[in-house]
Amino acid sequence: MPTVHRRFLASSPSISLYAQLVRYGFRKHATYWGAAAAGAFTNTVFGVLRAYVLIALWRARPGLGGYDIADAVTFCFLTQAYIGPMQVFGGGLEIAQRVRSGDIALDLARPAPLVLWTLSEDLGRAGYLFLARSLPPTVVGALLFGIVLPDGAAVWAAFAASFALGVVISFGWRYIVALATCWLRDDRGLAVVSLVLTTFFSGLMLPLVIFPGWLGTVARALPWSAMVQVPADVYLGTADIPRTLGFQALWAAVLLALGALLTRAARRRVVIDGG
Amino acid sequence: MRVYLLLIWTWTRAAARYPASFALMTAAGTVTAGLDVAVIWVVFSNTTTLGGFDVSEVMFLYGAGGLAFSIADLLFSNADRVGQHIRAGTLDAMLVRPVGTFVQVTADRFTPHRAGRVLQAAIVLGVALARLDVPGSRLWMIPVMVVCGIVIFASIWALGGALQFLLTDSSEVANAFTYGGATLGQYPLSVYGAELVRGVTYVLPLAFVNWQPGLYVLDRADPLGLPYALRFLSPVAAAALAVAAALAWRAGVRRYRSTGS
Amino acid sequence: MIDADRLGRSFRVRRTTVHAVRDLSFHVAAGEFVGCLGPNGAGKSTTIKMLTGVLAPTSGRVTVAGLAPSRRRTAVAREIGVVFGQRTTLWWDLPLRDSLDLVRLLYKVDRVRFRERLGELTERLGLGGFLATPVRQLSLGQRMRGDIAAALLHDPSVLVLDEPTIGLDVVSKAEVRAFLRDLNAERGTTVLLTTHDLGDVERLCRRVLLIDHGRLAFDGTVDELRATVPGETSIEDVVAHLYRNSPPSR
Repeated sequence: MPTVHRRFLASSPSISLYAQLVRYGFRKHATYWGAAAAGAFTNTVFGVLRAYVLIALWRARPGLGGYDIADAVTFCFLTQAYIGPMQVFGGGLEIAQRVRSGDIALDLARPAPLVLWTLSEDLGRAGYLFLARSLPPTVVGALLFGIVLPDGAAVWAAFAASFALGVVISFGWRYIVALATCWLRDDRGLAVVSLVLTTFFSGLMLPLVIFPGWLGTVARALPWSAMVQVPADVYLGTADIPRTLGFQALWAAVLLALGALLTRAARRRVVIDGG
Repeated sequence: MRVYLLLIWTWTRAAARYPASFALMTAAGTVTAGLDVAVIWVVFSNTTTLGGFDVSEVMFLYGAGGLAFSIADLLFSNADRVGQHIRAGTLDAMLVRPVGTFVQVTADRFTPHRAGRVLQAAIVLGVALARLDVPGSRLWMIPVMVVCGIVIFASIWALGGALQFLLTDSSEVANAFTYGGATLGQYPLSVYGAELVRGVTYVLPLAFVNWQPGLYVLDRADPLGLPYALRFLSPVAAAALAVAAALAWRAGVRRYRSTGS
Repeated sequence: MIDADRLGRSFRVRRTTVHAVRDLSFHVAAGEFVGCLGPNGAGKSTTIKMLTGVLAPTSGRVTVAGLAPSRRRTAVAREIGVVFGQRTTLWWDLPLRDSLDLVRLLYKVDRVRFRERLGELTERLGLGGFLATPVRQLSLGQRMRGDIAAALLHDPSVLVLDEPTIGLDVVSKAEVRAFLRDLNAERGTTVLLTTHDLGDVERLCRRVLLIDHGRLAFDGTVDELRATVPGETSIEDVVAHLYRNSPPSR
């Protein structure tokens, strides 16, 4: 962070700053390739285990939730592919740590808004982890079980957009959770609550399409569904594309706006407390 | 062993000084574990049997495997912090102390909040047994399988820790086998492919945590037709894996390079 | 007390072998106070780590109190106390007293003996004011005194310190030095320390080992060291001269 920071301090924030931050986030995570490889391995193993359970379930109930077996298997490996870029298990940001160490005061003093600064770095991280942790499980899934491919270039494009929006929504949520450390003495409890909400209501553990009744309805309206279930539906061609992208864009805007408000509150708090 | 218990007791006392945080973490851990039950509930709200087993039988397998896993998780999962200790240099401090490194690593910063999961698994196991009507003559296997399961999971954590002496960033690999092993055992192995089941029977003996002995308790034929004797071999599998883990750990400590100043 | 015989440690780094320490032989008798000097990267810390059982040697052998640290690690650990100046052996999150209590458990010091020893060390090292403070909040000088106390709770016969005065202010430094001198004089504890601070050497060490490029470059008293370079009178200049003119041996 410091080298980039100093170089751009003089000028007002511009697109090139954020582009530089994206590159920086990418490069920084590329140095942890060992951890990324280990993560890809774990995601693949869990993909295989979950795929078998879903196959057993869809054998017992063919056509459940509008998916056939191939759709269910594809869904399973897509969810594993999202874990890295969207940090479904939480974390991935240094903010909580910097709040604890007091360094957040330096971050808040920068002329560039902290939300955008952090988002840029996070997009770089997501870009690297897409290559390192999304592709391997998907390829293994395709080789072992066979997965469906999207229907035509338009669906591919919509999926790319939906995936990117998913990353932004995941960032928005994680940013809020991390910044809340300013007000909490112990942020681990919140981290676990976030983990529970995200893994269960995103569709990571089971597709939301098979959640029964009201639980399914509620789950599909919440922002977490926009991280895993929604991009998967776009990929599988079971979603109404304009409406789905609109749904994601709305949640992305809401979460980023909340993040910006929280940043302002954090700045006041840090200034009053003196860091 | 005595040192281990004294150490975790000291850390428990330290954790108890922040009761609010402790209660929150315990509650959060229990809720996380509860999610697994929610997943099973969602699955069985869509079907009555999975891999030829009904909901009570699946709950039995889940409860027995989960009890072994959560106890091992509570006591030994800190073994996956070897990489962190290497990076932070704290392993050096452990190596100059007259206690085994495995004991020190697993006891270090012990927190009892994972105990919530133990309770949760025990409740599921209890409910399953109440619904299943298992004959008294087969109940003896349950404590045996839980103890063997604890040893098997602890050994996998130790193996994963040993691997981190070579590859510092590899803690996720061990997760694939520990948390992955727990996930595997939540469902009857009959849902998985035959090669996978052979692998977790003859290579990494996860099938001996709850599947093989579980078949004995439930008095079911092996859907994959593996030998009947396997269901009594959990202690052998656990002992063999424990020996392998101990050797790997020792080899890891000997290869430690203590980077830094 | 400490015996090193053609001791060596090499590391494989990207297909080449780096000899951090080689053919190091020396003997330290019980009750000696020895300073170990050498430029950065000379192999001092690697030597210390082999003495304390952290690293296994790749050649030669070393014994502490007659035991090989790499093979009898826990037995050796009971004989020696170790202080790493650059990093603490205490636990960041715990108050100093709890940290010391954990050390007590690790060394199986019984409660009565612990209380007695802690009282003594508290008085000597002036720990009283911060026993209840979490280690992360201690100043460097306080932390170092806490670390020294932790290394001495089990009353070891050898104390090994890796750069114990690094980063300390003059007052803290003087306190640590006075404590170590008394420890050596009164209890007869054998002390081996590494340092870059020649004040440590001049005030404390009767004997100096100079390690350079992983080899023993000098072994003798401070006066003998001074005499190795004619014309130089200050110890700083002598050592600087030796560091600059040491032949690369790789």
